[in-house]
Amino acid sequence: MAEQIFRVNMSDLSTKIETVPEEWKGLGGRGLTSTVIAAEVNPTCHPLGKHNKLVIAPGLLSGTPAANSGRLSCGAKSPLTGTIKEANAGGTSAQMLARHGVKALIIEGKPTDNGKWYSLHVHSGGVTVQEETEVIGMGNFAVVEVLNKRLGDKVGVITIGPAGEMRMTGANISIKDPDNHIRSNGRGGLGAVLGSKQIKFISVEPTSEKVAIADPEAFKTANRAFAKALVDNPISKALGQYGTNVLVNIINESGGLPTRNFTSGQFAGHEAISGETMHDTIVARGGKPKHNCHAGCVINCSQIYTDLKGQYKTSGFEYESIWALGADCCVDNLDHIAEADSLMDDLGLDSIETAVAFGVAMEAGVLPFGDGAGICRILREEVGKGTPLGRIIGSGAAAVGRAYGVTRVPVVKNQAIPAYDPRAIKGIGITYATSTQGADHTMGYTIATNILGVGGKVDPLSKEGQVELSRNLQIATAAIDSTGMCLFIAFAALDDATCLPSLIDLLNARFGINLTADDVTNLGMSILKTERAFNLAAGFTNKDDRLPEFFAEEPIAPHNVVWDISDEAIDSFWDF
Amino acid sequence: MQLTVKLFAYFRDNRFKQKVTDYPEGTTVEDIIRSLGIDLDEVGVTMINSRHCSLEQVPVDGDQLAIFPNIGGG
Repeated sequence: MAEQIFRVNMSDLSTKIETVPEEWKGLGGRGLTSTVIAAEVNPTCHPLGKHNKLVIAPGLLSGTPAANSGRLSCGAKSPLTGTIKEANAGGTSAQMLARHGVKALIIEGKPTDNGKWYSLHVHSGGVTVQEETEVIGMGNFAVVEVLNKRLGDKVGVITIGPAGEMRMTGANISIKDPDNHIRSNGRGGLGAVLGSKQIKFISVEPTSEKVAIADPEAFKTANRAFAKALVDNPISKALGQYGTNVLVNIINESGGLPTRNFTSGQFAGHEAISGETMHDTIVARGGKPKHNCHAGCVINCSQIYTDLKGQYKTSGFEYESIWALGADCCVDNLDHIAEADSLMDDLGLDSIETAVAFGVAMEAGVLPFGDGAGICRILREEVGKGTPLGRIIGSGAAAVGRAYGVTRVPVVKNQAIPAYDPRAIKGIGITYATSTQGADHTMGYTIATNILGVGGKVDPLSKEGQVELSRNLQIATAAIDSTGMCLFIAFAALDDATCLPSLIDLLNARFGINLTADDVTNLGMSILKTERAFNLAAGFTNKDDRLPEFFAEEPIAPHNVVWDISDEAIDSFWDF
Repeated sequence: MQLTVKLFAYFRDNRFKQKVTDYPEGTTVEDIIRSLGIDLDEVGVTMINSRHCSLEQVPVDGDQLAIFPNIGGG
């Protein structure tokens, strides 16, 4: 299928198919969503108003047989941060959209009738807009179930839960995975943007179309080398066995596991919530320790976590969600954490933002630290029903901090800081401060080099080398996020000399072009600069690239360190 | 000297999670890993008292040594 731009205007419910502009042809995923938003969205617009646009784009390699290439990017101006935003996830839709020839789906405008809800159906001929009533108010799992019955099991589903319908700024967008569960474009409140367009879900017609590959033989050869580099990597193997939650124990050991709303770097209950315990629990209960979020993934970091009776409880049970509910909220019970994770998936809430919001709420005295049952109750009865307390928690950590007068609020640009304390792991503090999208570890994952010994070694407690480390990783990540690749290919890419060249060979064989490693780096730099320019035009300055002041003033155990990288050093991040 | 050795992920299989053991003075991190029958190639990260350490480093009495295979996530 030839690639085209599918455009939907919700103001008049019209749809169009457009030729891909020349300057967008070499872009996909995050590179494309950010470029479209920078070109078409007024940076000062209200994120939930008619002038914002939601852009959905498969990566450059999505829909091909390339290993691990099934990520789908969603982008908009974020209602949480006010910055440009991209979040990506697996699931089945990226590959299906690419096979329909969708380079990007751009959703703009806003219905004039506030009471009505709509759905979009994407097929090779375009997009159909329909009024929707049946699934309004439903959780994500029920939406998938109903749509499977209505449209067949193979249909692709991109959906928002009640949180997105209520336009909570912690709302995410979820994508059906191969097992009819969901994966989530988690961060930045993009679910609220889809909700503001009054779209409950986007369904994608199954298709037998294929993505055109310019040089199929070269593609096959490159894919073999690429997949081998991924499979042979020892970190990929550990991810398959323990999931990302293998990190609880090593981050705790390093003294960088934020605990009790960021007041300590180690959690006494770490063993109970660790990847090792999770693995043993899953095996003992007959769950699945290994599971993929999209066809073609060879790493399998997801899992099926079951309850005591062996029934499905949650999947894609990630380190960051477990850390936030576990160490940050002091809940040392994996079953409570799994229940809360499942509730957040169903409501359509970012499990980092919401869980960190609970940590702030605990500090405010809304519920006690360690109260896992209380978290589940509030999710069900307050957030799910849209009570005032539920809406505050569903709007994230900063909203809770403001509503309750808390000063220890771990956010940058209003987005919750995830599972690595920047005082004890300083490289990640640079990423939190300078990321174009608010605090987000995935934007430049310095943990690899600060803690895990991947891509070299940089002492996590030293100020030296952290800006350069974060810069190099943020540039590389922006490029990877454009390919449709899962970011976990980076572990192989950083340490296996065959990985990155084979990825570039894949891109060249797909499009019949001659990219070099420098071209890929330049792509990453240009994406970051495009995103930064949007933020500056929206009113952000270098003064927004700062961590909350408590990090500089409150030392954390066991290293008793504070955040001590200077503002000048932070600002030098942008010297490229 | 008495050391607390902590093992993680599959290094625990048929070994232990945490154990206090006597080692002769001058024992290196590498010696300890070998004594546990762990393949050095599989070692990703070692820490003494929550600080990264080299294989040549010599712990002192009362230290905690943590040994991890190659792992990652995020």
